Amino acid sequence: MDAALYAATLLTLAAIYAAFSLGLNLQWGLTGLMNFGGLAFVAAGAYTAALLTAAPSGTHVGGFGLPWWLAWPAGALAAALLALPVGAVSLRVRTDYLAIATIGIAEIVRLAVRNEDWLTGGPLGITGIPRPFEGLGQPWGQLAYLGLACAAVAGLYALAEATARSPFGRALRAVRDDEEAAKAVGKNPARLRVQAFVLGAAFMGLGGAMMAAFFKFMSPEALEPVTVTFLVWVMLIAGGSGNNRGAVLGAVAVWAVWAATDWLAAQLPGELATRAAYVRLFLIGLALQLILIARPQGLIGERIGTQR
Amino acid sequence: MTGAAPALAVRGLTKRFGGFVALDGVSLNVPEGSITGLIGPNGAGKSTLFATVAGFLAPEAGTVRLRGADVTGLPPWRLHRIGLARTFQIPRLFARMTVRENLMVAAPGQAGERLPLPWIARARIAREEAALRDRADAVLARLNLAGHAEAPATALSGGQKKLVELGRALMSGARIILLDEPAAGVNRTLLREIAATIASLNREDGITFLVIEHDLDLVAELCDPVHAMAEGRVIASGTMAEVRNDPQVAEAYLGMAIAPAE
Ligand SMILES: Nc1ncnc2c1ncn2[C@@H]1O[C@H](COP(=O)(O)OP(=O)(O)OP(=O)(O)O)[C@@H](O)[C@H]1O
Ligand SMILES: [Mg+2]
Repeated sequence: MDAALYAATLLTLAAIYAAFSLGLNLQWGLTGLMNFGGLAFVAAGAYTAALLTAAPSGTHVGGFGLPWWLAWPAGALAAALLALPVGAVSLRVRTDYLAIATIGIAEIVRLAVRNEDWLTGGPLGITGIPRPFEGLGQPWGQLAYLGLACAAVAGLYALAEATARSPFGRALRAVRDDEEAAKAVGKNPARLRVQAFVLGAAFMGLGGAMMAAFFKFMSPEALEPVTVTFLVWVMLIAGGSGNNRGAVLGAVAVWAVWAATDWLAAQLPGELATRAAYVRLFLIGLALQLILIARPQGLIGERIGTQR
Repeated sequence: MTGAAPALAVRGLTKRFGGFVALDGVSLNVPEGSITGLIGPNGAGKSTLFATVAGFLAPEAGTVRLRGADVTGLPPWRLHRIGLARTFQIPRLFARMTVRENLMVAAPGQAGERLPLPWIARARIAREEAALRDRADAVLARLNLAGHAEAPATALSGGQKKLVELGRALMSGARIILLDEPAAGVNRTLLREIAATIASLNREDGITFLVIEHDLDLVAELCDPVHAMAEGRVIASGTMAEVRNDPQVAEAYLGMAIAPAE
């Protein structure tokens, strides 16, 4: 039963990361947008859903005790609303500005989460976030939640596929491949980029909402740039940028490796264990390099001509 | 050329790059229904004129009128929608798309590009796509590229890429098309076919062309009127015979022969 719980936890987190990586694939894989601030949109979704579902508390506004099926879309919407001004301002100038703007907004959101106690509970965070199906007891509640997370990711995958294969997705790929040529065939690059950016951020926001419910507790510690931003890039690039199946596969594979290195680090003697944090990162970076040397396109890369 | 407004009327168009004047008060007309030629030595400003007319570069002065309507400063995608398309001198294809996709993406006003329609109106978009696919395949057949529809754009030769550029412009449904050296790097046989294609599109479909071309025999055969540019200015306009005999044009080309501008 412990093994079942462990596997369920691992897979649930992999599913949550798959939501992030599908969102990043819409932005980077399909549109060529460099979002180095995934954390901001994950946080927007996580805290929005946490506030809406948690029980009322004296330490911050809310909670409102709303059901998850209302709170999760609200989380996605909050992330989209955060992405809209960021994208609208920076993408109108030059796309490289988006990279800088997203790094900035992620830092701002991280500091705000830490310091705006009235809204986020500050360092103490938001507690008592209900997790769907927890009433079923262990391990059934956790397995049922894994099922819900997988269903949500399946929905996101279907939406991402419908987007990528549509004429809209084709226009995004045109902008990605050659902006000048895209203008020459009647596309407005800034407009398309903002749409893709906002849509990808909504995916990340939904993933954030799923994460908050899974942890049942949301605090600044849950929002490490190393995992929520950097690891997602590793997942997408290792899995295959430009391919939604690659994005999901990368999330599952890289999360499995990440969890394994966590377990390995725990076996190390004390002095080494403190170094494990950055050794782990080094190993993940090394693994990515090896994958890219062996398969530059990732495990399953973009296939030309599979989109109608 | 009497009566109706020209398809394209350029007046006093000026474009600078830093201190360098690439277009120095260019004025010219492209009569409705014509295949107008634009010649001139390397560096004369011909491609810059295309980019400025089509909204890719903002002019410092001057106006561009499309069938009488002032369109100066409109972005390229707006001009595309109202019927002005251009090609690039050096082909710029979408590298991670097939040849067919390169053409399909160029059709204006696709419902499938407007969210949320791709998610909720799947049947309608599938019909739109099927029609678009047929149109793209018809254009590819006309350009002798039917066998390459499924190939990645990067697999084509330089000459074939030029043809795809032309094909994308045709997919736009534009009534005025600016072609930047459509036959450069294309073999003689294909060159004849491109010339014939342009002539028939002009004659049968009524599309107006402005064509930059270095092959003066081709220009003589295809284009009337012809404008000659040098150093950012229009130095002669008229029939090819008139322009060819213009002393300023001879001098501009001679200057190029002695000191190539490239
Ligand atoms: N973006 C730019 N920045 C600076 N200078 C430019 C730019 N684009 C063009 N030029 C310069 O403007 C001049 C005109 O270039 P243009 O490409 O319009 O010539 P062209 O008549 O098309 O020549 P060719 O027959 O060789 O294609 C050249 O001297 C070129 O170096
Ligand atoms: Mg040129």
